[in-house]
Amino acid sequence: MLDRAPQETQDETRPRPVAFRGAGFTPSAGRYSGWIALALVIAFWQLAGSAGWVNALFLPPPSAIVAAIYKLALSGALWQHLSWSVMRIGSGWILGTIAGVIVGFGIGLSTLARGVGITFISALFPIPKIALLPLLILWLGIGEEPKIATIALGVFFSTAISVYSGVDAVPRNLIRMAQSFNVPFHLIVRRVIWPGALPSILAGFRITASVALLLVVSAEMIGAQYGIGAFVLQAGNLMQTDQLLAGVVILSVFGLVVGKGINLLEARLLHWR
Amino acid sequence: MDLIADHISHRFGTLDVLDNVSFTVRAGEVVAIVGPSGCGKSTLLSILGGLLRPSEGQAELRGAPPAGSLNPLTFVFQDFALLPWCTVEANVEFPLVHTALGKSERRAVVDDALRRTGLTDFRGAYPKQLSGGMRQRVGIARALAVRPAILLMDEPLSALDAQTRELLMEDFIRLLADGSMGAVYVTHNLEEAVRLADRIVVLSRRPGRVREVVSIPMTRDERGDINARGKLLAIQNDLWSLIREEAIDAEREVQHA
Repeated sequence: MLDRAPQETQDETRPRPVAFRGAGFTPSAGRYSGWIALALVIAFWQLAGSAGWVNALFLPPPSAIVAAIYKLALSGALWQHLSWSVMRIGSGWILGTIAGVIVGFGIGLSTLARGVGITFISALFPIPKIALLPLLILWLGIGEEPKIATIALGVFFSTAISVYSGVDAVPRNLIRMAQSFNVPFHLIVRRVIWPGALPSILAGFRITASVALLLVVSAEMIGAQYGIGAFVLQAGNLMQTDQLLAGVVILSVFGLVVGKGINLLEARLLHWR
Repeated sequence: MDLIADHISHRFGTLDVLDNVSFTVRAGEVVAIVGPSGCGKSTLLSILGGLLRPSEGQAELRGAPPAGSLNPLTFVFQDFALLPWCTVEANVEFPLVHTALGKSERRAVVDDALRRTGLTDFRGAYPKQLSGGMRQRVGIARALAVRPAILLMDEPLSALDAQTRELLMEDFIRLLADGSMGAVYVTHNLEEAVRLADRIVVLSRRPGRVREVVSIPMTRDERGDINARGKLLAIQNDLWSLIREEAIDAEREVQHA
């Protein structure tokens, strides 16, 4: 039996379709699947809360969180906390970004700055910047300055790295082309290197935005009266888990909004890609 | 204006790339540089155009550049070297921005360069929207905009398909027809060399030395004639026999490296 050919041999003289074997390996995000999954998880969470499967003290249902956010918004507390956090993130991010872009360009363009800069950045980048907050408080006092400085430091290193990587990634042939037309140095920087490095710089913004958010919450938890981080910590201490999660949701929305903003910036500035 | 390679030698680290290369490109003349892979053709062109400092010898200019030339030695690159974030128009205008030309003069120069390369209708397009041939036309328009005395062309057609190469070759022949502009044309394609060049400098295998300088004894117009084909093919075959053995060695060497 085993050495006999299968009974149903195909008639090889007749044309037959070539078997398709190119399927798969091309995942694409469905338009609604993500939203449906999210809605299902929230619905299940709500059900678990309403049906009493989980203790609302440890995991309040989504409806309680929405109610908490609503109350916070009405009382004005939400805006107070949010505005402090936004002020700290905004100032820290802007300071860190300006310094990071300047240093990043220096490292990308100058041999001396590269030698010195990369050494220092390699040594200091791995330090969790929040660990420097106590030192910064000693140096700068207990006001806003140490929090803003912590955020600025965190943003600075990531920005500097993404900027000099971006400058390094500008195709050398474009720079040589500009040199072959005697284009002066400052115009090469402005018209070739800056736009060429922009994709990497904007990708860096995405990272530094989340670094800034992480650091503002940590810094506010360590020492602040107002701010989303301080609010979340207080709510935890008082076992107000609905308020605690309201703070977390607000942070998440804040992160999403910033991410969308960077998407818009990319679409506008990098439309040529 | 003449361009002179004066005893140029070059090495990268311990690797000798060029050895004592000398020749002159006279005003309005088209000189092709051919040779086996890795013989230093592109390195030589970079040295001639002032983008690379030779280890020994130098590139020299003799005589005044033509009036109104903004960049006497102008490159056309193999990979086009277009700014992807600029439109066709802005790419052509790029080498003019730092010059003394006013806005309206720049506009006129750009319009003229676009017209000569058939790009007028594509002025608002971005490089990614264009075919390879059109991209290289933008590179040529940009070069024309600065009114060069000598075009330095580094394998300008080798990134293109055969049909596009043919079309652009016709453009080159047209643009170089009036002799107002010379060219150094680096290629590994001998057919391109015999169709375009007045003289062909044959380099040896690395380190590149001038092995022979071959003159093409007819005008570019005459070469279009069907009767000239045989003669050109014979020259092409002679060139190939000069290069073939070394090309085989060069290919083996690359594979072993």
